[in-house]
Amino acid sequence: MTRSLLRWSPLAPATVVLLLFLAGPIGYCVVIAFTDTQLTGQESASFVGLANFRHAFGDAGFRNAVVLTLVFTVLSSLVGQNTLGLALAGLMRRASRPVRAVTGAVVITAWVIPEIVAGFLLYSFFERRGTLNAVLEWLHLPTQNWLFTLPIVAVSFANVWRGTAFSMLVYSAALSEVPQEVTESAEVDGAGGLRRLWYITLPMIRRSIGTNLMLNTLQTLSVFGLIWAMTRGGPGSRSQTLPVFMYDQAFMKSLIGYGTAVALLLLVVGALFSAVCLRLMREEV
Amino acid sequence: MARPARSARSLLTRPGLPRALRQAPRRGYRHRIAADAGLLLTAVAFAVPLAWLVLSSLDTEATLRVRLPASPGLDNFSAVLTDEITFTPMLNSLLLCGGATLITVVCAAPAAYPLSRFRARFSRPYLLTILFATCLPITAVMVPVYGLFVQVNLIDTRYGTALFLAAAQLPFAIWLMKNFMDGVPKALEEAAWTDGASWLQTLWRVILPLMGPGLTVVTIYTFIMMWGNFFVPFMLLLSPEQLPASVTIFTFFGNYGAIAFGELAAFSLLYSTPVILLYILVSRRLGGGFALGGAVKG
Repeated sequence: MTRSLLRWSPLAPATVVLLLFLAGPIGYCVVIAFTDTQLTGQESASFVGLANFRHAFGDAGFRNAVVLTLVFTVLSSLVGQNTLGLALAGLMRRASRPVRAVTGAVVITAWVIPEIVAGFLLYSFFERRGTLNAVLEWLHLPTQNWLFTLPIVAVSFANVWRGTAFSMLVYSAALSEVPQEVTESAEVDGAGGLRRLWYITLPMIRRSIGTNLMLNTLQTLSVFGLIWAMTRGGPGSRSQTLPVFMYDQAFMKSLIGYGTAVALLLLVVGALFSAVCLRLMREEV
Repeated sequence: MARPARSARSLLTRPGLPRALRQAPRRGYRHRIAADAGLLLTAVAFAVPLAWLVLSSLDTEATLRVRLPASPGLDNFSAVLTDEITFTPMLNSLLLCGGATLITVVCAAPAAYPLSRFRARFSRPYLLTILFATCLPITAVMVPVYGLFVQVNLIDTRYGTALFLAAAQLPFAIWLMKNFMDGVPKALEEAAWTDGASWLQTLWRVILPLMGPGLTVVTIYTFIMMWGNFFVPFMLLLSPEQLPASVTIFTFFGNYGAIAFGELAAFSLLYSTPVILLYILVSRRLGGGFALGGAVKG
């Protein structure tokens, strides 16, 4: 018994930190979400049961945030990062070496630079006086105040810019593991590029696709700094995804209890995705 | 890395780009031209915001548009290279992220040891929990963490913030560390045991030196993730003199009436450089040998 305790004792520091600073807040989150805690001017918070959740589902602001989060996730993660990442990985296998190196370096740099710098760079790109409109003017196309007319689309593009490198790397690795004999024999049998992609390559990397989609979605669900730097959730609340809405309710409106309830919902959705992801990766452990 | 900031954390564990790059099959010439064209087009689109960063930092009359500097010079850099704007926030970032990285590595390295070496009924559930936590959206818990930190008086303290950053990064660090440790052969360690070494001595003298590159990767990667993290210090630190660069860049951006874009670009460049260099170091050092069978498996 002592021997086994001693053996496992190295786990202790990490477990303590994880319990205190990660499991603790999550547990606290579950408790606070059922109270009416406010930031200021309150003697004591009381237990209000499901009131915060009922309030959330009846709250137009919350529903707006859910819809925007869905739009943001589908546009930037499912469609943008995933498809572009796969396309880049596929193209890289055919392109010449310098082009591969340059493209890889640029796309990865966009991913490595800090979130808030990325937000600032894309703000300058989409801003009314920014580069996108300069390019459009040069092409004699109509310009727009993108961050005002299509804020959620602008932040989605920003997230694609920032996050595609991950999918590209995952798919590069996955494609390099597809045995070449298989693709080549399909080619000999006369299967065109698209058919090979659909019937051979995609089925062979389907586990990577699944995992990548899950991880992208989880990452996208928790984006805050990028949106905050570009639009602060505005104009109005037209780019207010759930994390921004949560922050706004808890700190701008001082409703910690309500903000935490929103956080708990976000956490539950994240946990579901995380569980699916875990199933996909299970054989690893 | 986005975490992401949590973005794409498992990527370093994969045989990444470099290997895939080397193995590219040769197809027809026409295919190659088409692929080159497609990639170059994407590269240009991705490079535009980055070009703005570099060009504007050198332009004393920078605007929001990408253009060659109208009046080139290093004035922007000399304007931001002051204690208040650059050095203090960067030092704060270094203290905060360095401290948090230290906590993470010091906790993760020993934790990975029994998980990698011994089997027990709870080790698999423990690992699965760790992996599960790796994927959780930490952004969601920031409001309760704020509440908790106010309750226990950790708000606006650097060590409290560092501990939370460490906790948020720990699951992935343990996971990554375990995978590196799995690659160290057991025989040497058994020899050390026979000589009467304790687990701590074995870990310190035998295993950690053998997994030097792995340890470096975990350390640097953890540091990169924290350096770019905005939300955690934004929520948990309040006094201006403690704020790291990720937060001061934002106040810089938001508070001035007329934003000096050139100076902001210069500062952004200075702030981004360390992580870019560290990333290059990690990917060079292992030369695409991230083949550790890590978290994302195809």
